[in-house]
Amino acid sequence: MSEDLKILDEVTNSEYKYGFVSNIESDNAPKGLDESTVRFISAKKNEPEWLLEWRLKSFRHWLTLDEPTWANVHYPKIDFQDIIYYSAPKKKPSLNSLDELDPEIKATFDKLGISLIEQQRLAGVAVDAVIDSVSVKTTFRETLGELGIIFCSFSEAVHDHPDLIKKYLGSVVPHTDNYYAALNSAVFSDGSFCYIPKGVRCPMELSTYFRINSAGTGQFERTLIIAEEGSFVSYLEGCTAPMRDENQLHAAIVEIISHTDATVKYSTVQNWYPGDKNGKGGIYNFVTKRGICMGDRAKISWTQVETGSAITWKYPSVILKGDYSVGEFYSVAVTNNMQQADTGTKMIHLGKKTKSIIISKGISCGKSQNSYRGLVRIGKKAEHARNFSQCDSLLIGDKCGAHTFPYIEVGNKTAKVEHEATTSKVGEDQIFYCNQRGISTEDAVNLIVNGYCKEVFNQLPMEFAVEAQKLLAISLEGSVG
Amino acid sequence: MLSIKDLKASVEGKQILNGLNLEVKPGEVHAIMGPNGSGKSTLASVLAGREEYEVEGGAVNFLGKDLLDMSPEDRARAGMFLAFQYPVEIPGVSNANFLKTAVNEVRKSRSLAPYDSKEFLKIMKEKMALVEMDKAMTQRSVNEGFSGGEKKRNEIFQMAMLEPTLAILDETDSGLDIDALRIVSNGVNALRDGNRSFIVITHYQRLLDYIVPDFVHVLYKGRIVKSGTKDLALELEEKGYDWIKEEVAVGA
Repeated sequence: MSEDLKILDEVTNSEYKYGFVSNIESDNAPKGLDESTVRFISAKKNEPEWLLEWRLKSFRHWLTLDEPTWANVHYPKIDFQDIIYYSAPKKKPSLNSLDELDPEIKATFDKLGISLIEQQRLAGVAVDAVIDSVSVKTTFRETLGELGIIFCSFSEAVHDHPDLIKKYLGSVVPHTDNYYAALNSAVFSDGSFCYIPKGVRCPMELSTYFRINSAGTGQFERTLIIAEEGSFVSYLEGCTAPMRDENQLHAAIVEIISHTDATVKYSTVQNWYPGDKNGKGGIYNFVTKRGICMGDRAKISWTQVETGSAITWKYPSVILKGDYSVGEFYSVAVTNNMQQADTGTKMIHLGKKTKSIIISKGISCGKSQNSYRGLVRIGKKAEHARNFSQCDSLLIGDKCGAHTFPYIEVGNKTAKVEHEATTSKVGEDQIFYCNQRGISTEDAVNLIVNGYCKEVFNQLPMEFAVEAQKLLAISLEGSVG
Repeated sequence: MLSIKDLKASVEGKQILNGLNLEVKPGEVHAIMGPNGSGKSTLASVLAGREEYEVEGGAVNFLGKDLLDMSPEDRARAGMFLAFQYPVEIPGVSNANFLKTAVNEVRKSRSLAPYDSKEFLKIMKEKMALVEMDKAMTQRSVNEGFSGGEKKRNEIFQMAMLEPTLAILDETDSGLDIDALRIVSNGVNALRDGNRSFIVITHYQRLLDYIVPDFVHVLYKGRIVKSGTKDLALELEEKGYDWIKEEVAVGA
């Protein structure tokens, strides 16, 4: 084995840096899942009858479904009766200021380097922090309130804005959509709600940090973003999770509605515990993210940097319904050790002159498997629709795999669809060139990989891009020198 | 500063260097010429520490240290620079960013504070002038889409930025038109300061009209078989290598 490969191999030894457990007393649902679990969750959250009914409807539908097996990922069968479906910090806080925050929770954030105070003061980012399932603290709400922007936990929105929830919940990802979407719809715990009124440009990045905490707790987030006509919002979601021995299931749903002339930019940095180097532990991440460009010239842009999770199953998609609407997908997915990722996007062109762009960068190291799966569908009425897809794979070492599954369905002759794909290796020549200029092999790989991801990182808001680069460095750690 | 004694090296099981000896003193320029396959580029690669090249014997002392015991990056940090014959491309990494990383790594190894962006830009501007390099080139990805001439110019630019003690130019003149050759040579000459040493590997005497060497060595079958002054290069240009091969055959 060459020196570089040996060094690359050592990446495998890099351990997850955010693994710790904070001792917040949990108020858990009993293990297992049946109708009483669904009722327990709904009751815990004081939900109105219609929402309970919707959950039950979803649960009954879920019972009729089989776990999907088409993704290029392999894992032992999940025992859905061995999971706790609801867990909330016991001291349910209703805070007026950050000082009232549970010191444990605060310490957790500090370990993650997410000081809320710091973020408020320096970055001007409104943070809706979620530990396990209940929103602990929402900031900047007043400032946003003046503009008519609603940014709160999903549970609060259920109580304060039931009309909006009733109108939009499940409108983009119906409870019948897929196995995990049905499960989420039945047992979703909490999440974020965001509403931007007509003509309003949200003056700050809206940011949510998710964090899975209680041992053996499934987390079922639900996010709903509505951008009214002519509005703009940039939404950030970042995640880290503590180290666990048993696999944790995560099945989130994100729904985005972008009306006429509205733009929604959704950026994610995902760094959940990927399991140890032998593939023990780690988060199973089965996510359904979808947006719809309802009106003409609407735009939805997904940017994701995926470095964590043992299993990732995630396809942020856009339905381009309005004429001239635009869908974008920029993705960096890094897999190391025994990680498996099957991720990509779907661009469904329905309106005339709709445009979509897909830039996907997969990086595989260790013994990991990294798959891109994408669908571009041009509907019959989508005159002059256009798509450009570029799917690049980068291999580090010789024990990993990269796979590309592009699906293209064109129902209209005037459409123009382009697909480019490349696979490359971090070359020993490139590493040696850097070495010869005094750069260590580890830094060289970072430099090369960062360069490779540049098109995607450029799409991220500034501070997020910096964070993404740091995460990338952590993920690749030991892969070199 | 560089002392090579009886160096033997192979690549993929094939012995290329067969007991090579060379002494380079501070400020000297040594040209190494020789027919194809004589081991010129192998010498450059072995000195820079390329992994595929296996050292079978001999010793190399660089500034009082055992060079063969050092990693490629430590050799670079100690002041060795190789201008590559085929510079590689690093997509998405700007030339400026690449060089800033490199220069600051080298400075760190010498316990110097890293340059901040402002200082770095200032130095970069000075050195760019040396090789008549366009500002836009520093923002482009390392060597990506560069012409052959631009790549070689970029190598000399990097050399100027890194200020090595010993620079090895591996066929830097190959593929250059006469203007590019002049620019590259001017860059090299500007960096001759009486202390910095050069090993210039070339096929053609032409380069040595621009970069005038103190010594010319002929490498043949992995050994230096003849050494002389710049006149030796002219003689080779005129007569080719056959007479040297014959001399070696007779000597053997």
